[in-house]
Amino acid sequence: MYPIILLSVFGVVTLFLGFSKSKNILLPSTLLFLAIALGSNFVDWGKGPFLYFYDMLRVDNLTLAFNGIVLISAFMIVAISGGFQDNADAEPAEYYGLMLFSLVGAIMMIGFDHLIMLFIGVEILSVAMYVLTGSNKRNLRSNEAALKYFLMGAFATGFMLFGMTLLYGATGSFQLVAIQGFASNMAAASQSYIFYAGLLLLLIGMLFKVSAAPFHFWTPDVYEGAPTIFTTFMSTIVKTAGFAALFRLLNHTFAIYNFWWIVIAAIAVLTLLVGNIGATSQNSFKRMLAYSGISHAGYLLIALTALSKPTQNAIIFYSLAYSLSTIAAFGVLMLVSKEKTIEGQPNERYEAFNGLAKQNPLLAFVLAVSMLSLAGIPLTAGFWGKFFIFTSAAERGIMWITVIAVLMSTVGIYYYFRVIISSYFKEGDTVKIRVAPFYQIILVLATFLTILFGLAPGIFEKLI
Amino acid sequence: MLTLLLILLPIAAGVITLLAGERMAKQLALVGGLASLGVAVFTWLQFDPAAGSQFGFKYAWVASGGISFAAGIDGISMLLVLLTTFLTPLIILSAFKNEYKNPAAFYSLILFMEAALIGVFTATDAFLFYLFFEAALIPVYFLAAIWGGENRIKVTFKFFIYTIFGSLFMFVALVYLYYQTPGAHTSEIAAFYQLQLSPTAQGYVFWAFFIAFAIKMPLFPFHTWQPDTYTESPTAATMLLSGIMLKMGVYGLIRLLLPIVPLGMEQWGFLAMILSVIGIIYGSIIAIQQSDMKTLIAYSSFAHVGLMAAGVFSSSLNGLQGALIQMLAHGINVIGLFFIVDIIYSRTKTRYLDQLGGITQSTPHLSVYFMVLLLGSVALPLTNGFVGEFLLLSSVFQYKGWLGAVAGLTIILGSVYMLRLFQKSMFGPKSKWVEGFQDLTASERAVLLPLIVMVFWIGIYPSTFLKITEPAVNQLLQLVNN
Repeated sequence: MYPIILLSVFGVVTLFLGFSKSKNILLPSTLLFLAIALGSNFVDWGKGPFLYFYDMLRVDNLTLAFNGIVLISAFMIVAISGGFQDNADAEPAEYYGLMLFSLVGAIMMIGFDHLIMLFIGVEILSVAMYVLTGSNKRNLRSNEAALKYFLMGAFATGFMLFGMTLLYGATGSFQLVAIQGFASNMAAASQSYIFYAGLLLLLIGMLFKVSAAPFHFWTPDVYEGAPTIFTTFMSTIVKTAGFAALFRLLNHTFAIYNFWWIVIAAIAVLTLLVGNIGATSQNSFKRMLAYSGISHAGYLLIALTALSKPTQNAIIFYSLAYSLSTIAAFGVLMLVSKEKTIEGQPNERYEAFNGLAKQNPLLAFVLAVSMLSLAGIPLTAGFWGKFFIFTSAAERGIMWITVIAVLMSTVGIYYYFRVIISSYFKEGDTVKIRVAPFYQIILVLATFLTILFGLAPGIFEKLI
Repeated sequence: MLTLLLILLPIAAGVITLLAGERMAKQLALVGGLASLGVAVFTWLQFDPAAGSQFGFKYAWVASGGISFAAGIDGISMLLVLLTTFLTPLIILSAFKNEYKNPAAFYSLILFMEAALIGVFTATDAFLFYLFFEAALIPVYFLAAIWGGENRIKVTFKFFIYTIFGSLFMFVALVYLYYQTPGAHTSEIAAFYQLQLSPTAQGYVFWAFFIAFAIKMPLFPFHTWQPDTYTESPTAATMLLSGIMLKMGVYGLIRLLLPIVPLGMEQWGFLAMILSVIGIIYGSIIAIQQSDMKTLIAYSSFAHVGLMAAGVFSSSLNGLQGALIQMLAHGINVIGLFFIVDIIYSRTKTRYLDQLGGITQSTPHLSVYFMVLLLGSVALPLTNGFVGEFLLLSSVFQYKGWLGAVAGLTIILGSVYMLRLFQKSMFGPKSKWVEGFQDLTASERAVLLPLIVMVFWIGIYPSTFLKITEPAVNQLLQLVNN
C-alpha cells in the first residue's frame, strides 16, 4: 500500500523536477525515491493480510515479495540508465516519471483482489510502456515498435476486458473470492460455459502481456526497437508482475484445475518451442534476448501448469533469478553496443562482443555469469530457479513436460553460449570500455547475487 | 571434515593462483596440487575400508526440501579421490614446459576442475552430486576452448552441449526419485537406494541415467564428441578429460545406476552390455587405422572404457572390482601416453605417425618410459592394466560366454594398435622431423617416474588398492541383489 502512494507522489515530483535546469539531479532523486518505496514495502512484512480500497487490493507476504523483486529490478535499471544526457531529444524527467507511474501499475497487478484493479494495473503499466518504447523519437525502429506494441496491446486489453465482463456475468462479482467460490461450486455441480469463456479470454489477455506463444509475435520487434533500457524494464518488471497476476488468478480458480491445466500446459510447451528455437537463428544479441524472454515465460508457465505447493516459491525465485541476469545482460549490451556502431546505429549483433574479455574482463565475466544463469547451469541462481520449477511439476506428477523443458534447455545452451564464445574465444578489435563506478557496482551486485543464490538457495528460503 | 578440506583446498589454491598473477602461477598451482595429494594420502592412512562412509559432513542447503550439502568417503570414493589428487599435480607439472598465455587462469582452472571432481566422487546427496557433475564441465570447457587447437571452438561447443544434454536427463531422473522418497522428501543417495519403484519406472530411470553416463564416458554410440575434443584440447585438458573426467561416468554407473534401479538393469542391462562390447571392438578397430597419435590414444581410451562399463553391467564382484582398479590403471596409463605424445609433438611439431620414426636412436630414457606405459596399456602381466582387464574379462565371461569371447579380442586388438603406435613413431629410419631430438628433461622425468612406479605397484601388488574398495563393493552388491 505504501509503495503505491509514495510512487504516485514521487512520480509527480519527478515531473516537476524536470523544470530545473540541471538534469543531473533526476537520476539520484529517482534512485532515492525507489529506495524509499522499497523500504516502505517491507514495513507490512509478516503482518498481513490487509485489504484496501473496499477489498480490491490485498497486501500479504506474497504481494510484498513480488513488489520487492519489481522494485529492486527498477532500482537496478534506473541506476544503469545514465545515458539520457547524451541525447538532446531526451526528456529524462518524463521517462523517470513514467517509470515510477508504471511501477504503481505493476504493484496493483501483483496485489489485485478484484478484477477491476487488475485491469487498472495492467493499463497503467502498459500505457507507460507504450510511451517509453517510442521514446527515441527520431528513430524509425523505436516508433515502429511503439505503434506495434500499442495496437497489439490494445487488442489484448480488449480481450481481457471482454473476459472480465463474461466472468462478471457468470458470477455476479469481480471479487476473486466470489470467483473462487463460484468455481468450486461449479466443479461440484453445474457447469457454466460463460465462466469458461470468460476465464479463457482473460487468460489470453494476460498471456499476451507476458509474451507467451502464440501471443508473442510483438515481442522480438518491440524488444529490439525500444531503447535498450526500456527493453530491460519490459522484460523484467512487466513479466514479473504479469506472472504474479496469473498466479493469483489461477490459484483462485484452482477448483476447475482439470479444465485449464491442459490449456496452460499446451501454451507452456508451445512457448518453450517458439522461444528456444526462435532464439537459435538470431544474429542480434538483443533479439536473442527477446526470444529468450519468451522461453523463460515458458518455464514459468510450467510452474503454473503444476500449481502445486512449491509453485509459489518457484515463481518468486525464478523471477528474481531471471531479472538479475537479464538486467546484467542488457547492462553489458548497452555499454558494448554504444562503443561499437554500424552506420551510426548501436551494434547489437554477436560480433560486437568479439574479444570483449581481453580488454574488459569484468564485463565479460558479468555477461558470462548472466548467460550461465539464464541457461540454468549449476552454481548460478538460474539453476535453482529451474530446479524449483521442475520440482513443482514433479510434485503434481507431470514429468513429460519436464522432459520437454529439459530438451529445450539444451537448445538454450546453444544460443546463450554463442555470446560467451564471442567474448572469450574470438578475436576482435579491443577497446577499453569506460564504465561509470556506479554502473559497475550494479553489474557486480547482480553477478554477486546470481552466484550467491546459486551457491546457497537456502538464504532466500529463509527470507520468504 | 577431511572431505570438506579435500574439496575446498583446490578451490583455495585455485583462487590464490589466480590472484597471484603470471609469474608464480605454475609453482603455486603445483604446491596446491601436492597439498591436496598430501591431504588425500593422510585420509587414506586413517581410512577404514570396512567402516562405510567416513570423514563426512552435512549442512542443510535447502532445509525445507531436505536437500543437504553432504559428502563422505567410502571405499569407492577413496580410490577415485586418490586417483584425482595423484594425477592433478602431475598434469600441472606436465604443463610446465609449455608457455601458455595467461597462465594464472590456466592453472587455476585445473585446480577448480580438481575440486569439482573430488566433489563428484564424494557427494552423498544426489543434487550435490549433480551440481559437481555439471560444475566439472565448465573449467575443462574453458581450458579446451581457450588454449586448444585450430577447430577448438566448434569442437568444444559440441562437447559441451552433448554432455550437458545427457546430464539434464539425469537431472530429471533425480527430481523424479526425490519426489518418490517418503515423507518430507530427501535427496540423500542412500535414501534413493531404499526406494521400491515399479519395473516400468525403473526402466525410465535406467535410460535417463544411462544416457547421462554413457555420454560422459563415452559409450558407443554416444562417443562422437570424444575423439575431436581429445585431439583439439591442450594436453592438460585432454589428460583431465581422459584421466579423470571419464571416470565420472563409470562412477555414476556404480554409485547411482546399479543400486537404484536393479530391476531396470534386469530389463535393459543386456542391451547396455552389448553396446559396451561394440564400443570395445569398434574403438579398437578405428584406433588401428589412425595416424594422428592423439586421436589414436583417444580411441584406445574409448575402447578401454567400454570394457569397464561391461564389467559394471555384469554387476558382479569381479566386474566392479575390475572396473575400479582399471579406472586407476587407465588414468595412469592414458595420462602418461598423452604426455609422451605431447613431448614428441613439442619437439617435432608433428603428431602424424608417417612423419615420425627413429626416435629411439637418440632417446634411451623416453623409449623405456614409453614402452612401460604402453605395456601397461596392453595389459601385460605384472603391469597395472593386467589386473583390471583380467577381472573385467572374467566377469564378462561369467555373464555370457560368447560376449566374453568377443570382448577378449580387446587384448589382441589393443596390442596391435599400441605396438603399431610404438613401432611407427620410435623405430625405423630417422625421419627429417626428428632430427636433433633431445631426450627427456628433468621435469619431464619427474612426471613420468611416479607414473611408472604406479604401473608396477598396481601390477605387482594390486591388493593395496583392491582392499580399499572391496567392502564397499560388497555392500553395494547386496543392495543390488536384494
